[in-house]
This record gives sequence, C-alpha cells and structure tokens, in this order.
Amino acid sequence: MPDPEVPCVTVADLGILRSVEILGGVAVARVTPTYSGCPAVLAIELAVETALREAGFDARVERVISPAWTTDWITEDGRQKLRAYGIAPPAKASNSIRALFGETQVDCPQCGSWQTERVSEFGSTACKALYRCTACREPFDYFKCI
Amino acid sequence: MEVSRDHLVTFLLRLADDHLILGHRLSEWCGHAPMLEEDLAMPNIALDLIGQARALYQYAGEVEGKGRSEDDLAYLRREREYLNCLMVERPNGDFAHTMLRQFYFSAFMHPFWEKASASTDETLAGIAAKAVKEVSYHVRHCGEWVIRLGDGTEESAARMKAAVEALAPYVDELFETDAVSEAVSKAGIAPAPASLRSSFDSTVQRVFAEAFLDMPETAWPQTGGRQGRHGEAMGYLLAELQHIQRTYPGAVW
Repeated sequence: MPDPEVPCVTVADLGILRSVEILGGVAVARVTPTYSGCPAVLAIELAVETALREAGFDARVERVISPAWTTDWITEDGRQKLRAYGIAPPAKASNSIRALFGETQVDCPQCGSWQTERVSEFGSTACKALYRCTACREPFDYFKCI
Repeated sequence: MEVSRDHLVTFLLRLADDHLILGHRLSEWCGHAPMLEEDLAMPNIALDLIGQARALYQYAGEVEGKGRSEDDLAYLRREREYLNCLMVERPNGDFAHTMLRQFYFSAFMHPFWEKASASTDETLAGIAAKAVKEVSYHVRHCGEWVIRLGDGTEESAARMKAAVEALAPYVDELFETDAVSEAVSKAGIAPAPASLRSSFDSTVQRVFAEAFLDMPETAWPQTGGRQGRHGEAMGYLLAELQHIQRTYPGAVW
C-alpha cells in the first residue's frame, strides 16, 4: 500500500502500518498517524481496509496513537527508497528545542554532497522540510526527524 | 484521586479551544505571508494545532457522553461556550506579532505536553506524546524569528518590541489556576499551569537575550477566557469559522 503523499514508499516502509492480525476471523490492521494533523490519515486507513477486503478478508482498521510514531520506525529499505526518490531520509539523531539555529547535517539525495542548506523548516507536507544543495544547486525535500 | 466528568470535559474543551482558535488565526495567513516559506510554515503549524484540537474534541465528546461529535463542539457552540485563553483569539497584527504569540504559546505548551505524556489518562498521554514532538518544531521556528526580527533592522526590532508590549497583558492567563485545573492536576491528568512558569520563563529569557528584547512587564493582566468571557475580536473570528455550518446546518462533503 503506497503512502498517498510519498508514493515511493509503502505505509509499512514508513512504519505507519504497525501490525495486521486475524482476530476472530477478522483481519485487524493497526495504523499510527505520523502527525496529529496529517490529512492523509483517513485516506491511508480506507486504503488499507479496502486492500484487505479485496484480498478476501473481513477487515477492520484501528488507529493507535500511543506509542507515538517516530521516524526511527522507517525501515532501512524505506530510507533507501526515499533517497532514490529524491527525498533525504531523516537523520537518526533526536530533535531538540535547545538546538536553536542548530543545523542537522543533511546530505543531498541527488549528488550526495553535505554542502546543503535549509530553506524552510516546513515543506510541502507536514512531514517534510525544504533544503537546497549548494554543490549541485538542486532543491530537495528532507523527511523531518521526529 | 478521581476527577469529576464535568471538570474533565471543561479541561479538555479549554485545551481544544486554545488549539482550534490559534490554528484558525494562523490559517488566516495562508496566501498572505511575507514570503513563500512562511506561507508553507504557518499553515503547517496550523495543521498541527487543528489536528491536536480534533483529537481533544473527539475525546471530550466521548467523556461527555451526550453524543456531541468533534464538529458539533468545534462549530456549533456559542461565543460564551468557548473556553480558550484570550491570547489565542487576538487578531494577528503584523508578522512579528503573530510569531511572538506563537512563540509564547509553544513555549507554554512544550513543557505542558512533556508532563502530560506521563498522564494518568491514557488517551491524553497518547495525544501529548505526539504533540510534544510537533511543538518542539514550533518553539524553534518561532524562536528563531523572534531573534531574527528582534536583532534585525531598526524597523523589525521596533515591530518586535511593539509585539512584546501588545501581548504582555495576555501572558499571565496561561498560568491561571482554578478548581478545574486543580482537579485535573491533583488527579495526575495534566500539569498545574502555574508549575510550567519557570520552564516558560527560561525559554523566553534565552530567546529574548539573543533578540535584545526585555522581558514583558504586565501592567494590566487580562483574564476571563477560561470562563467564556472574550474580547471583541472573538465574535468576528467565530462568524468566519462557523459560517458554513450556520448557513447550511449539517452540511457535509
């Protein structure tokens, strides 16, 4: 099931799909949203439920908010796919409010250079920030670390 | 210690209303921000706030048990039934004013959500664990703007100083204590607002020092929002927010 906003990765790659179990004859999928206000949550839940029904299951989707989703749940495979798609995967370090003006090193997904700069902390979707590579001059999205 | 249902619902509505009203104010900037990056940033922050508000309204509706949905609570109450603090309903003013207001609110909410992540209330703990990560970004983003403008040109510094003065009367209300906040803090559901003051002050002091701003002096602290007494701007805000539901009751798409 591809993510509706970042279609190069599946909801399992992103760690949004937590589990699928057969409980009393019903396929129960558990889904954890990335951001409180993520507009794709409902689309993801419907898509997962539809996919299970099309595969012949009686299906139900449960939204689980605790523990909260973190970018650490993105699989290694998912990180590779993001990079190949032109989105820099999240840094592994944790996010801290003490890092005022503190910049994380983000490598350019196009040319691999570390000479990049942040254009905006907030990008085209809630989960991304906007960066620019000063080596190859290409702008790119960075999957924010939360 | 058990908390009464009324107290819990009031507490949840206050929190949800803060987030909905501030989210609405921020969304007014969409298409009007001084630069494209901020045109993305402010609606992004608004989206986080409204997402948090939705989760809180849903939960408030469940606890209340009268069958009110998140939409009923967000769109179909009267002005006096909204329990947000006064700071969030203030008109946006200029960009400096909006950024400072957002910085204050985020500097208050960050330690709030951090403590609420360990809430005895499982649902609130879940909402908090998600929100605290989002608010970290807001504190940083808005804090950087306060510094950039405060320590910027003569014009930007003057505007930031004016914002500090204009918002000063609305800071203290964030930390207000009453029977509701006392009941939920005694039950371990949420931190007592007054206990967050030192954390808030140290965040603000750190940023103000870099921004060459003086800490605000509160000459006329304003209060009343938690009891539903609002300023003159609130009615206009609600007129816009509720317009579709008031014109076409029950409209869905």
